[in-house]
Amino acid sequence: MSSPTSTPGGRKRNRNDIPATPGSIGSTSPPSQRRRGQDSSNADLPAMPTSPATDIASPTVHDTSLFSSPRRSVLPSEVDMSSPLMYGTPSSRVEGTPRSGARGTPARQRPDLGSVRKAPQVDLHSEPPSADGAVASEPSVGQKLVIWGTDVNVGTCKEKFQRFLQRFIDPTSNEDENAGLDLNEPLYMQKLEEISVVGEPVLNVNCGHVQSFDADLYRQLICYPQEVIPTFDMAVNELFFERFPDSILEHQIQVRPYNALKTRNMRSLNPEDIDQMITISGMVIRTSQLIPEMQEAFFQCQVCAFSTRVEVDRGRIAEPAVCRHCNTTHSLALIHNRSAFSDKQMIKVQESPDDMPAGQTPHTTVVYAHNDLVDKVQPGDRINITGIYRAVPMRENPRQSNVKSVYKTHIDAIHFRKTDEKRLHGLDEEADQKLFTEERVKTLKELAAKPDVYERLSSALAPSIYEHEDIKKGILLQLFGGTRKDFSQTGRGNFRAEVNILLCGDPGTSKSQLLQYVFNLVPRGQYTSGKGSSAVGLTAYVMKDPETKQLVLQTGALVLSDNGICCIDEFDKMSESTRSVLHEVMEQQTLSIAKAGIICQLNARTSVLAAANPVESQWNPKKTTIENIQLPHTLLSRFDLIFLMLDPQDEAYDRRLAHHLVSLYYQSEEQIEEELLDMAVLKDYIAYARTYINPRLNEEASQALIEAYVDMRKIGSGRGMVSAYPRQLESLIRLAEAHAKVRFSDKVETIDVEEAKRLHREALKQSATDPRTGFVDISILTTGMSATARKRKEEVAQALKKMIQSKGKTPAMKYQQLFDDLRGQSEAAITKDMFEEALRALADEDYLTVTGKTVRLL
Amino acid sequence: MPSSNDWINNPLGVVEEMFVQSNSNPEWEAKVLEYFKGKLKEKQAYSWIPSLNDVPLHYLKPNSLVKFRCLVQDMFDPEFYMGVYETIDPSTKAKVLRFGKYKDVTELRCVPHLQVDLNSRNTVTAERQTFYCVPIPGETLWEAFLNHSHTYARSSQARVVPSTSYIPSRQKRSYEEDDEMDTQPQKQREPHTGGSPQLHANGDSKRQETEAPSGQTTSPSNASSPLDLNFPLPGERGPACLVKVYEDLDSFKLNDMLEVYGILSVNPLLSVLCEEKDPSASLLDPTESMETPEEQRAHDPPASLVPRLHMLHARPLQHNNPLLPSDRAEDQHAFVSSFMVEMASVRAEFLAYLTHILLGDGLAAEYLLLHLISSVYARRDVLPLGKFTLNLSGCPPNSSFTESLHQVIQELVPCTYRLSMTLHNMNSLRLVPRKDYVANRLVSGALQLARNTSLVLDETRLEQGQLDASGVQNITALGNLISWQKVDYDFNYHQMEFPCNINVFVTSEGRSLLPSDCQVPLQPQVTPPNLEEYLSTVHKAQLTSQINKFRVYLSVAQTLDYSISDEVTKAVEDDFVDMRKDDPQSVSAEDLHRMLVVARLLSLSLGQTSLSREGWMRAKHIDMLRRTRSQPQTTVNGNEP
Repeated sequence: MSSPTSTPGGRKRNRNDIPATPGSIGSTSPPSQRRRGQDSSNADLPAMPTSPATDIASPTVHDTSLFSSPRRSVLPSEVDMSSPLMYGTPSSRVEGTPRSGARGTPARQRPDLGSVRKAPQVDLHSEPPSADGAVASEPSVGQKLVIWGTDVNVGTCKEKFQRFLQRFIDPTSNEDENAGLDLNEPLYMQKLEEISVVGEPVLNVNCGHVQSFDADLYRQLICYPQEVIPTFDMAVNELFFERFPDSILEHQIQVRPYNALKTRNMRSLNPEDIDQMITISGMVIRTSQLIPEMQEAFFQCQVCAFSTRVEVDRGRIAEPAVCRHCNTTHSLALIHNRSAFSDKQMIKVQESPDDMPAGQTPHTTVVYAHNDLVDKVQPGDRINITGIYRAVPMRENPRQSNVKSVYKTHIDAIHFRKTDEKRLHGLDEEADQKLFTEERVKTLKELAAKPDVYERLSSALAPSIYEHEDIKKGILLQLFGGTRKDFSQTGRGNFRAEVNILLCGDPGTSKSQLLQYVFNLVPRGQYTSGKGSSAVGLTAYVMKDPETKQLVLQTGALVLSDNGICCIDEFDKMSESTRSVLHEVMEQQTLSIAKAGIICQLNARTSVLAAANPVESQWNPKKTTIENIQLPHTLLSRFDLIFLMLDPQDEAYDRRLAHHLVSLYYQSEEQIEEELLDMAVLKDYIAYARTYINPRLNEEASQALIEAYVDMRKIGSGRGMVSAYPRQLESLIRLAEAHAKVRFSDKVETIDVEEAKRLHREALKQSATDPRTGFVDISILTTGMSATARKRKEEVAQALKKMIQSKGKTPAMKYQQLFDDLRGQSEAAITKDMFEEALRALADEDYLTVTGKTVRLL
Repeated sequence: MPSSNDWINNPLGVVEEMFVQSNSNPEWEAKVLEYFKGKLKEKQAYSWIPSLNDVPLHYLKPNSLVKFRCLVQDMFDPEFYMGVYETIDPSTKAKVLRFGKYKDVTELRCVPHLQVDLNSRNTVTAERQTFYCVPIPGETLWEAFLNHSHTYARSSQARVVPSTSYIPSRQKRSYEEDDEMDTQPQKQREPHTGGSPQLHANGDSKRQETEAPSGQTTSPSNASSPLDLNFPLPGERGPACLVKVYEDLDSFKLNDMLEVYGILSVNPLLSVLCEEKDPSASLLDPTESMETPEEQRAHDPPASLVPRLHMLHARPLQHNNPLLPSDRAEDQHAFVSSFMVEMASVRAEFLAYLTHILLGDGLAAEYLLLHLISSVYARRDVLPLGKFTLNLSGCPPNSSFTESLHQVIQELVPCTYRLSMTLHNMNSLRLVPRKDYVANRLVSGALQLARNTSLVLDETRLEQGQLDASGVQNITALGNLISWQKVDYDFNYHQMEFPCNINVFVTSEGRSLLPSDCQVPLQPQVTPPNLEEYLSTVHKAQLTSQINKFRVYLSVAQTLDYSISDEVTKAVEDDFVDMRKDDPQSVSAEDLHRMLVVARLLSLSLGQTSLSREGWMRAKHIDMLRRTRSQPQTTVNGNEP
């Protein structure tokens, strides 16, 4: 690993500062310098193989033909990757690379390790190259031999890696890639077995494992990936073909390390990292077309038909001037279809927005994907890339002696890992490792241990908004969410774990501000306004790409905030059709689309935080919630908590509010700083809890929930009202779970249920109180009409019926007269609406019909 | 030691000297910075250096030290360059160490066959970043003009006298003469002509080239596809510049206002290097293929159009008012405290002036004054504090009133832009900056403005009609800007929020469709038959010295600190409770917010740095006046601001 010390000048970017390679013989040149050396126009650099095994073992015709230039007496390193040819079994598949031969599993070139295909060089001063071959078998001699410019000894390195493969056990592993593997057996041996069965010759190696097994090997891997990975390849192939001599693979196994612990933010890449292995995260913004890159050119002499192959050298093919066979000059012609090409793709990756300091633009990096990594990622994917960081000097202009003193940088990708499906703050292990340092976890846990953590967090939420403690608590629980449960086996599908909240109330009660705050707090938040969004904008729409004529599915706010929170302002101003799409999202958490030949179901596991204004602009306390906001009750019942944000209009409140606001305007910068810090802690706290805490109900809590539910049902039953439905029970469970998450507790206990009950009651009291009776009546939300209102409607109908019956057998009556009679008879005031409702009710009973101004009995 | 002028005329020579002396000790870099910083501290040193803003590029000597007052429009990816490299003469095998810092290309001193030794072990790779900088958008002419006269007089030394018969007569002008120029406002206010006819004539050819393509003239040099210099505002002109930054990369932010001191590089080789890469070659070349031609054009424009500037020192600008000393903090303090004495009297004059402009409406004038000195001074979570968006309703439609009003504002503030909210503009203009992934750059929009820019939205121009998708987006963006003082830049796959500090002033006929902190209906006391004539007479009546005072006044008031004592806090609280008691419907938290801002601005406008009881009462009073005036107009509005 690169030593963290700095040069005397203290400039950490100094090139000279990269690791002095301790065991190297001959040179201490850092890799990037070496690299630059290779890229010079000096064509006669001696290129040496790391292992001359090829020279000894497979001096095939193809191999000799590689000597494109007489001066070059050695082979590039990729050739020695094919050295384990001898272990290979005869394979019928010979297409692959030109050197495949019929003798075994072909080695596939690894352009990812060195696009210019320059070999690491063995120190020539001490030993002839062939001696290196002996190294593998005679470690005593080999100890002194290293690849030029590094401290890597091929033999030891190979041995170490084989030992790692054979012995590494990680009983605590919970990576999804290891699913189905026996954690107490050597992990990678099982993976090799898998390769022999599946036949996909790629071995992904977690660098974290290597590090915990052998720190020195890890350091070498990071610092000299170009040399070490081929060695690993060699080692793994030897091992594999020893074990499974009969397997047939498309090509030899390639080792793909990932998760280099030196995981970096794109921003922190600096010249020190050149030619080292790095892992960065980012988002793909552009991918290029497939670029066929010539790996090897095939030349044929026009005179004697002698053929020769020339490898690409720094992106160029040196055409042989003289035919070696017949000595004719300029007789060689390039035969395209016998040349070897490899796939290559340019990918542009942009820093993910979460990693960026505020006020700067995101950086981008160019990544090259080779062979089967081509087309693995699409624009928009969030990925972790492991690769080798390269810097290439700008090409020298043949007619100019001046050089642009700038390097071009890119990353040769070795491994992609999508973080997409699992989301940034979702379940991704790797993202978390990066996110939470040990100290951070410690501070979070300390915070969680405090008895008043719930109050603390809720007051840290939007401190600029005054009071509304219960609403903040509700939103806090929403941020944490319930535990995700899967009932698909019993046919119920996924249970909603997300808490939906509706805020309604007077204008100017900072609802929007609260929404803005939440939107800024959560990593996957979306903010839309009901007025400005259409159904397609919220859900998804199908678009025809004008160029390719392909149908493209564009996702809207709800899908984008999957696993996040969708804040919808001005909910009441949303059009009817737009609102209707919310029904599915808010209970089933999916979105079904059937449009223009695309039928699909998208996940939209989003919590909805909505804000609505009353219809009459001011909240009318004489009306129910439904009447005030005119939202369909089917939708309302899908909100777990409905809060009213009303102007309390009381002096003590006013005073506290005034104090709060005034202090807002003169608090010093430092105090503001402190609160900003709080927001960062809060963010991490939520992310941590959402990731690691999955509370389950314990026995007591379940009992408490049952009781609570039964109680709620009882409250109204006496008066013929029902004040709770199963949906409310589900809400209670979710809220209790969220509260347990706040405490970092794996069990939902009674206190959680108590708080859930309290909050739920609090919200109910505000929104589901029947203004006529003052009782909580959940049926306002579920049926849109309170039980008393329904009862009264019935009473009026009965009174009307009685009155008509008392009038005797009159087949028809005047509408107006009937109304006046009823009013005269009834004690309570009867409005025209009530009268009409009663008539309709009787008409439904087939007792009478209303035609124009007359009422007929049937 | 280098002579006094050397460091301006030949800064690279100075660097070279230090580099050679250092004997490849990496400390030389720090020494160079130290040296230039020291030199710049010297009295008046700032003014000796020619400014890229004023002097046409072709009069500036390449590789000399220049300064550039600019806004960071875009930040490119960091690049690695050869910090130190070795050259080798193939014939003699002599090796010489050279430095690549502050240079675009390796210099080989015209020795034939000299080559860069790419294998040398002494090569040092270092990192630098390129910022795309444009002149501060919306910079008003008086501002540019004064800045110009401050520096121009002494800038001739670094200039190459060109072969054309250009006689730099401007430099002989004294400051008083400049003032005279100022008193001819008509001349300056003519759109699309330079500050002075002379300047215009001289810089004409250059300006045409560097003008944003949205201007009427297309650049003649490259008629097929004029280079888009990416100015935030349409019709802007001036040099754009690629600033190479070597130190403290993280301390710079997008949209920062900077005064960059750096070495000018217009090496024609750069263009040559670019042009020789013909497309077919780049197809074959694997290392080049990663850059699209668009990207090439955006990142490596010809040096003659977009010069490179290698930064030696940068001064972040809090304001760009040339009338205020900005060099040193002590100077500024002294200046401000001396000006404080005058504050109240200048305010009275200023108010009278604004009252005249606003057709005798004193209250509107008062509010306009408060608006002009407002500035976001802090943010509490998402809430920006101190913003004061003013909606002046009741403006006569279809008259040049709003235009003239903007011209007056133009004379007062350093940066301003008037956005005529016509239907066409709203549908077609690009307000929000957008990332162009093909060219890999941030395409600017009209809302990419420097801090404290005054944005005048003219809603009187809006007619009935249909807003299309981009129109709706633009309106939303304006609403966000007003409510949260932020602009969500469009990064295609996601949006990124950039906080801003822009004073938005909306002129409308009725109540504006955009939210605002405060709405004042205009009640003209006089009805001049010819509005335009009236305004220009009022305008002309002001002496330049007075206008200058106003300009200083606005900038000073904007920078003052402010506090509220506990005692007054208590009084305000009591007051609020009482008001609520009387009529809970009419006073909400929103109103308290606004009144606190008004009180703050009112105190600052009088030069008081803390709120007094009287100040609070006065704020309440004018707010009350305003409310009674707008009462009949406020209809039911269910939306929160």
